[in-house]
Amino acid sequence: MSDARTEVLSRVRAALGRPGSGTTPAGTVGAAPRDVVVPRGYRAAGEHAAGSPEVLEQLVDRLVDYRAHVQQVAETDLPAAVAGLVRELSAGRVAVVVPHGIDRGWLAGLGDEVEVREDSPGSPLPATELDTVDAVLTAARVACSETGTIVLDGEPDQGRRAISLVPDVHLCVVRADQVVQTVPEAVRLLAAHPGRPLTWVSGPSATSDIELDRVEGVHGPRTLHVLLVG
Amino acid sequence: MSRTFLGLPRRLSRPDDDAPPAAAGAGEPPESPFGPVPHPQTPLRWGDAFPVAARQTLQNAQLRRNLGHATQVIRAKRAAVVGEVPDWEALRDAGSALKERVMAELPELLQQLEENVTARGGVVHWARDAAEANRIVTEIARAKGADEVVKVKSMATQEIGLNEHLAAEGIAAVETDLAELIVQLADDMPSHILVPAIHRNRTEIRDIFLARMGDAPPDLSDVPRELAMAARAHLRRKFLSAKVAVSGANFGVASTGTLAVVESEGNGRMCLTLPETLVTVMGIEKLVPDFEDLEVFLQLLPRSSTGERMNPYTSLWTGVTPGDGPSEFHLVLLDNGRTDVLADEVGRAALHCIRCSACLNVCPVYERVGGHAYGSVYPGPIGAILTPQLTASTGGVSGHDDVNAALPYASTLCGACYDVCPVKIDIPSILVDLRAREVDADRSRGGVDPWAAAMKAASWLMSDGGRFGRAGRAATLAHGLGGRDGVISAAPPPVSAWTRSRDLPAPPRQTFRQWWAKEHESPADAGGER
Repeated sequence: MSDARTEVLSRVRAALGRPGSGTTPAGTVGAAPRDVVVPRGYRAAGEHAAGSPEVLEQLVDRLVDYRAHVQQVAETDLPAAVAGLVRELSAGRVAVVVPHGIDRGWLAGLGDEVEVREDSPGSPLPATELDTVDAVLTAARVACSETGTIVLDGEPDQGRRAISLVPDVHLCVVRADQVVQTVPEAVRLLAAHPGRPLTWVSGPSATSDIELDRVEGVHGPRTLHVLLVG
Repeated sequence: MSRTFLGLPRRLSRPDDDAPPAAAGAGEPPESPFGPVPHPQTPLRWGDAFPVAARQTLQNAQLRRNLGHATQVIRAKRAAVVGEVPDWEALRDAGSALKERVMAELPELLQQLEENVTARGGVVHWARDAAEANRIVTEIARAKGADEVVKVKSMATQEIGLNEHLAAEGIAAVETDLAELIVQLADDMPSHILVPAIHRNRTEIRDIFLARMGDAPPDLSDVPRELAMAARAHLRRKFLSAKVAVSGANFGVASTGTLAVVESEGNGRMCLTLPETLVTVMGIEKLVPDFEDLEVFLQLLPRSSTGERMNPYTSLWTGVTPGDGPSEFHLVLLDNGRTDVLADEVGRAALHCIRCSACLNVCPVYERVGGHAYGSVYPGPIGAILTPQLTASTGGVSGHDDVNAALPYASTLCGACYDVCPVKIDIPSILVDLRAREVDADRSRGGVDPWAAAMKAASWLMSDGGRFGRAGRAATLAHGLGGRDGVISAAPPPVSAWTRSRDLPAPPRQTFRQWWAKEHESPADAGGER
């Protein structure tokens, strides 16, 4: 009996009417595939430029629709905005986890009662510890306004996937120039580094499993704060 | 009653066809929250043939209320978010062609995927059938010393009966999707591709949690938010301690080795990120050629399935990322009948399916009978074409003796499924094709074929005007058989083969020829100009 790989592949070829399992001089196996042309008549980009007021307005609208919280802030006001959101988390001591590549300036407004814990692939915090922190603060790679989606790609300012998952509150900083209108624009930008672990976030976690009634906040962060800068 | 003149399977029911519905099933009344469907040995072929099973599920008024409500909600949501996409039809065209291309180039794309996953530190396994896939997953879990694995909702693992297999091997598989958890706790079977517990309402779910979850708060109400929070608390400990996770995949990108899981709750992210070992079971048809092709499917899928502009979470990963997520990744490429489907030039389009479940939500048949009547983990219109083909090698489309051969008849051919399909699978045409094959398979069995004999007799009658006229006059004698509504619901044999499943309109008192002759025999008496 041949091994499973050989057998499945030869079944596939046989099913397509392309039998033969040897390698031809051209390097292909069996007969050449039928050529299928893919029509690309869909929009590759939206009508509004990245970071334009229309696109930002649409992103805010979509995020609010998902029950995410959105604040539009100027670059200079960002540290105060971060501090304000962290203060709301708890009256006493607060623990916030950040990826090691975070812009330290964003933390400048935090008071002494806030404990900042740094996470990196080299010295990762265990999941059980992430479960006890109050919030996580990350940057983002790109956002898509039509769908209200923010994408994290695991770079040092966004961190390991676990840190934006286990804590109950996610504070996410998105720069205006990172906001594109359509999904194809976002995908083509991400395609430059397809090997990075990607997390697409569209609002807080949610379920519609009970009578298709949407409930926000299940296993992922139950609260998503988006700080839209610029 | 349906009046679909496309031939009726002659003997799709089991001998207990006429038994009262309560006598069948798992021995529990349909109102019970627990397990109306016993766990089948074969997840693609369980229970009675569709005509019998549907008759039973139709008795369940609660089920019909739950389904009617849920499908109505989801249809409206889908229509709204699809309506706001100006290039929806262009996206469908691209999605359809991309899947066609995947099928044409499947040998090359599979090898490309394997190469790229391996280059990024993943291990690729090939499984000819369910048993082989189950064995591979079991061996990996055992090598890790795991007696429990956490699972992301996955149709592929449903299809191979992985949970049952792992349980038999002493490994507990914990479903972490809320609906799958409900189904698992109730010892039930899923009845929908996307929302497997769609047949349950909130009160039933509360009862299931209280009875079976173990750590549900005793004062749990039936408010969906509270139920979701109970599930969160129940599963969090498991997420934080699990060593091995098992998932499916929505897409596998051949050119990069990237895999994608689309979800809502974050249970998928938990499973894909926290455990040390991840095993993904993926059907060989789930490929897309290039990373950029995701721009098509990540628009089509969420709007078609949950009726959202985008689902809350989508995870994409490529092999192993050092320091981030699982340190060991296994990909199991599953055939399990898919190459049989691929071999059929008409039916292979069923492999284009991206499991959005839009066709279930619009189907007038599914809405009334529910998913369990289809006797497969793939219910609804897509199930009606996919299940018989996946089980073709064991008789799925060969007619007569296989319950799955009845599935292509579980449709009115209204075409709503084709209209909503994001990858434009022409489900009605494939249904008709499968019906024809079932009839042909039966005919080739030899012996007297009553259908062919009836057609031959009709042909003899209709080829001669005199004969046709006499036959018409003879048929008017059956007028009296019709009830008050002019419909014959139960006729004597051999016509009973028709009236067992469909009504027959009673013939009129006179034929058209008789009427014409009467009207024209004496124009002066006809009552003037018409």
